[in-house]
Amino acid sequence: MSLSVHNALPATPPRWPWLHNTIRAFNANKTSWLGLVIFVMVTLLAVLAPWIAPHDPLEQNVFAKLKEPFENYYLGTDYYGRDIFSRLLYGAQISLVIGIASTVLALVIGSIIGILAGWYGGRFDIIIMQTMDMLLAFPSLILGLILVAMLGPSMTNIILAIALTSIPSFARIARAPTISVKQREFIDAGRALGFSDTRLMVGHILPNIFPEILVMGSMWLANAIRTEASLAFIGLGVKPPIPTWGGMIREGFENILDSYWLVLSPSIAILVVVFGLNILGDGLRDAIDPKLKGER
Amino acid sequence: MGAFLVKRMLFAVVTLFAVLTLVFIVIRIVPGDPAQVILGDQADATAIAALQKRLGLDRPIWEQYVTFLTGAIRGDWGVSLVTGRPVIREILDVLPWTLELTAVSMVLGTGIGVPLGVWAAINRNRMPDYLTRIGSLIGLSFPPFVSAILLLIIFSLALRWFPVISGNRATPWAWFQSIMLPALNLGLIMAAYITRVTRSAMLEVMQEDYVRTARAKGVPWSVIVWRHALRNALIPIVTIVGLYLGILIGNSVLTEIVFNRPGLGKLIIGALNQRDYMMLQGMMVIYTLIVVVVNVLTDLTYALVDPRVKLS
Repeated sequence: MSLSVHNALPATPPRWPWLHNTIRAFNANKTSWLGLVIFVMVTLLAVLAPWIAPHDPLEQNVFAKLKEPFENYYLGTDYYGRDIFSRLLYGAQISLVIGIASTVLALVIGSIIGILAGWYGGRFDIIIMQTMDMLLAFPSLILGLILVAMLGPSMTNIILAIALTSIPSFARIARAPTISVKQREFIDAGRALGFSDTRLMVGHILPNIFPEILVMGSMWLANAIRTEASLAFIGLGVKPPIPTWGGMIREGFENILDSYWLVLSPSIAILVVVFGLNILGDGLRDAIDPKLKGER
Repeated sequence: MGAFLVKRMLFAVVTLFAVLTLVFIVIRIVPGDPAQVILGDQADATAIAALQKRLGLDRPIWEQYVTFLTGAIRGDWGVSLVTGRPVIREILDVLPWTLELTAVSMVLGTGIGVPLGVWAAINRNRMPDYLTRIGSLIGLSFPPFVSAILLLIIFSLALRWFPVISGNRATPWAWFQSIMLPALNLGLIMAAYITRVTRSAMLEVMQEDYVRTARAKGVPWSVIVWRHALRNALIPIVTIVGLYLGILIGNSVLTEIVFNRPGLGKLIIGALNQRDYMMLQGMMVIYTLIVVVVNVLTDLTYALVDPRVKLS
């Protein structure tokens, strides 16, 4: 489970170490490419939604309420006669924007905290990490839903709430490898050359711990998408009528006794994306985890 | 061992205070006046002032903090703004439902997850390993409300094996029927997680020297796996089971909603919808308490599982 740093870094770091490491990690376990393909395809569908969606996702057709698939309503219509397929495509935009924005935010803040804690160590490290552990112990969905409920369910607030709940995990992930990388010779060399702490952290620590943060990022992106859907299902998502996958499941669930298929397509959509991201992260993690290296 | 426990207890108390402080801050950093938020935009100034007084919001912040902390410790968590009953009573009324669900789910999750993880680890890079890895990744990809709805569609609507609405304790059979689906939902997701942790913990332990020694001595394979290796792999597993509780509580909120089951989940959603600010504060306190208590229990379990802990 633990993610620690590589045992065997090349003697002279390649020109673009992070890119080099990333591609090597992808090649080590081919299933991560499958995860990447799923993710890229969903992203493309979301971006191209305005051109490929057969209907306006908000357009209500009172003559076609709760219909099973017909004509160019490929997945049928919902309670208001809106095209489910088009709503799915537009819903992907919301899921991805919230997921990516909150993950990037948490990744940046969490990594900064983790690298600083690992780099400076001592009391600073202890205080920071104890705080992170306390945040980590609190049920993140509860914290998230209370924050969103209090701040109001806008896109920005949802992003902030989800980011806040995942910062501690990124801090943990960034800290551990920082501690071992900072003891390596090239850091001593940098010090001897009079490099500043900032330069060493940004230019020399960060590229070396980047793969691990990236893996964590793909896993947490999956988690963020799941959390966004959960919040929307509870009623704390982006406000209707804007389509979100969680919101679509919430509406479908209200009609579950007579039209249970309403919940199926958004459910499958969430599953596919989250599964894709999970196998992406899983494959990458195997590749960079030194404990498992060389054993496949 | 005594010193270890005292240290952990002290840490638990510090955590409790820190998180209570966090709860206090979170409720107060909200933009706008809570009284205004509760009463809505049309409320007049007198009503807002009256509610502020009732909530103690007109007093200085440090005084509110002291009142909140002492209240939290004494079990005086204020009065629900919706029902007028003490918050602690409302919470204690539904707490057993959530505890029972969480406990059954944890048993299912570890009971399924640990053996599967061991099975995957001893069959490394063979079919059982691939199957459990894919299976657990799929399990991890399910948002808990999606899996709950699917279980509901399959077992309650299509097969009619279980009631649609859960939360019946009339007879043992009714109890079993009503808890089985929600607990299975939480338990399977947890098992997916535990399987992976067990697998990697076992893989690590199986490479240890004493496992090789035991094999060389001719100790039966099953004894090596279940007694020697698993015993040592249990330490990280216990940590994860303890840490997982936070996720389990979050997941149980969603599960309780789908199965329309009484519990903390339904209570917190009701409080959110009705802006019952006192109730929310109380619920965050109870969640904190649960987490801190479980952390202490996890530490106790360490001491039981790992004799080395007694020395530190």
